[in-house]
Amino acid sequence: MPDTNPIDPEQGPIAPGGGYGGGMDLAASDAEALEREPGHGQEPGGPTGKPRSLWSDAWRDLRRNPIFIISVLIILFLIFISLWPGTIATQDPLAANLSKSQAGPEPGHPFGFDSQGRDVYTRVVYGARASVTVGVCATLGVVLLGSVLGGLAGFFGGWWDAILSRISDIFFGIPVVLGGLVFLSVVTNSTVWPVIGFMVLLGWPQIARIARGSVITARQNDYVQAARALGAGNSRMLLRHIAPNAVAPVIVVGTIALGTYIALEATLSYLGVGLKPPTVSWGIDISDASNQIRNAPHMLLWPAGALSITVLAFIMLGDAVRDALDPKLR
Amino acid sequence: MTTAPQPTKPEPSASGSPGREPILQVRGLVKHFPLTQGILFKKQVGAVQAVDGVDFDLYPGETLGIVGESGCGKSTVAKLLMNLEQPTRGEILYRGEDISKLSGRALKAVRRNIQMVFQDPYTSLNPRMTVGDIIGEPFEIHPDAAPKGERRRRVQELLDVVGLNPEYINRYPHQFSGGQRQRIGIARGLALRPEIIVADEPVSALDVSVQAQVVNLMERLQDEFDLSYMFIAHDLSIVRHIADRVGVMYLGRIVETGADAAIYEHPTHPYTQALLSAVPVPNPEAREHRERIILSGDVPSPADPPSGCRFRTRCWKAQEKCVVEDPPLTVPDVFRGTAGPAEHPSACHFAEEKIVVPRDE
Repeated sequence: MPDTNPIDPEQGPIAPGGGYGGGMDLAASDAEALEREPGHGQEPGGPTGKPRSLWSDAWRDLRRNPIFIISVLIILFLIFISLWPGTIATQDPLAANLSKSQAGPEPGHPFGFDSQGRDVYTRVVYGARASVTVGVCATLGVVLLGSVLGGLAGFFGGWWDAILSRISDIFFGIPVVLGGLVFLSVVTNSTVWPVIGFMVLLGWPQIARIARGSVITARQNDYVQAARALGAGNSRMLLRHIAPNAVAPVIVVGTIALGTYIALEATLSYLGVGLKPPTVSWGIDISDASNQIRNAPHMLLWPAGALSITVLAFIMLGDAVRDALDPKLR
Repeated sequence: MTTAPQPTKPEPSASGSPGREPILQVRGLVKHFPLTQGILFKKQVGAVQAVDGVDFDLYPGETLGIVGESGCGKSTVAKLLMNLEQPTRGEILYRGEDISKLSGRALKAVRRNIQMVFQDPYTSLNPRMTVGDIIGEPFEIHPDAAPKGERRRRVQELLDVVGLNPEYINRYPHQFSGGQRQRIGIARGLALRPEIIVADEPVSALDVSVQAQVVNLMERLQDEFDLSYMFIAHDLSIVRHIADRVGVMYLGRIVETGADAAIYEHPTHPYTQALLSAVPVPNPEAREHRERIILSGDVPSPADPPSGCRFRTRCWKAQEKCVVEDPPLTVPDVFRGTAGPAEHPSACHFAEEKIVVPRDE
């Protein structure tokens, strides 16, 4: 993937406030100084209007993208309530009052009660923690494992690549829900970790393929050859030259995948193999509410709505980041 | 850019300067890229003969120009010299030692003496590193080349040497123009004080006005640091400007080689003549009198080169002999012993002199 984009005539010289901190700001003030370059051999025209870095361009695009702003606000809010749910929900998500079973909204309980007489609003707020934890941890695990394995396969090629690609094909072939039913039904641990472990196990080949592809692209760049001609070792080439230039597609896919992992957690919990009570999770609540949908639709709609908005926010973020990082769209 | 001969330049004889030891000798260099079929169980179905038997010498302080059209193997030769590719056969002798067989520490040591300037200044500099990091990287890889505290000063010196402001050390490549980037690439190549610089089309990605500056910079640096250049290009006028000796490549082989004046003014190989006839002539009067040789057809596939002489499919002189017999790269019999400028190696059975570049006085 080319790292610099063609000269954009509308871009003007160097807009202030881009990434790279001091470097960019320096450029704006020194643009004229560059033209007055001393000594032999002056090039006509300084660096004005020259391509900027991928990241500062992407950041400039993102800040103006309403989809990015909205999704970031939603995600920041989600992170906040999963860290400190008590700040907006003062009740106990496990406190049950059977006399209120399936009751509708009333003052102090805006979303009504579930079958056990627990406050739906409180459970929706507390449920965010499980979803965000699963989503973030599964994505981190998948990205780390996938990019390391895929990156090494792309860099070294040969047998290592052939074997790894076939193994990832095998994992691709496992249906996620069926695999979850088989794998997680034998696990008795009721925390989020078996679910995360399962997602990492099945999710890494997706990232590994993307990392492999972008490492192969980056590896062919002249600056990698230049480093090799200087005598650089493999670790220097990988860490200094290839990784920073191959990471963009992995970030994009990882962000989009985060949303789908949250949905997958809900799916598995709904099927009874994901998180288990007493953990508070949207998936468990949706599962409980689904057979009461005619009697008490509010029990289903609030956690399902929260889940949909969360998944949508992460997918929108991923989409916005992809658009910003894709040089072909410029 | 001048097409006039350089009267000030010493003219070494076609075989190089006798009495001096060549710093780099290439003997029978062959690089075939295998063509394979199958995913897991690969079988070879052929080979792209990118370089197929190339010999040349490089002497200290001289510039050897290699010209030829796209796909003739020029860049592969550069990569082989830099040990970025392993040759299929042949030797690359640096001061008598075959560097193509080296690895590890010994290879790293040799790399200090042979450095490269790349074609495209937009892809040869890592966009995530500052200029200081890019030019300073050679010192990080070879820590004994400069003590740690001195590296920043050395980088600034190098920037100054290539005509850039030493204060640009903290900038990123995208803040520079193409010509400035190529200077950064040259500074990186100079950092380890190499003896040989392999320049793979170092100016072909630049504007014509900037090309001259970069070529002049390279000439100045050659005098300053006593460098030997292997200068690869497809632009004949640039090669003539900078090179002492020239090798013309076609389809993986050198077809004609000699001092620059001998090649440019007394070419004997039909391919060289055709190439030279395509060089733009600034003098309109001379232009009218010259003959343009237009070659028909494309370069044959290097995976399936023609038998005998490789140029015969596009040559207007081709005869039965050319199909059967591969002409060796030696001084043709007709010119042997004439001691004239046409007496230089040319791989053609029917070599004859033909002046295709009109002399503009």
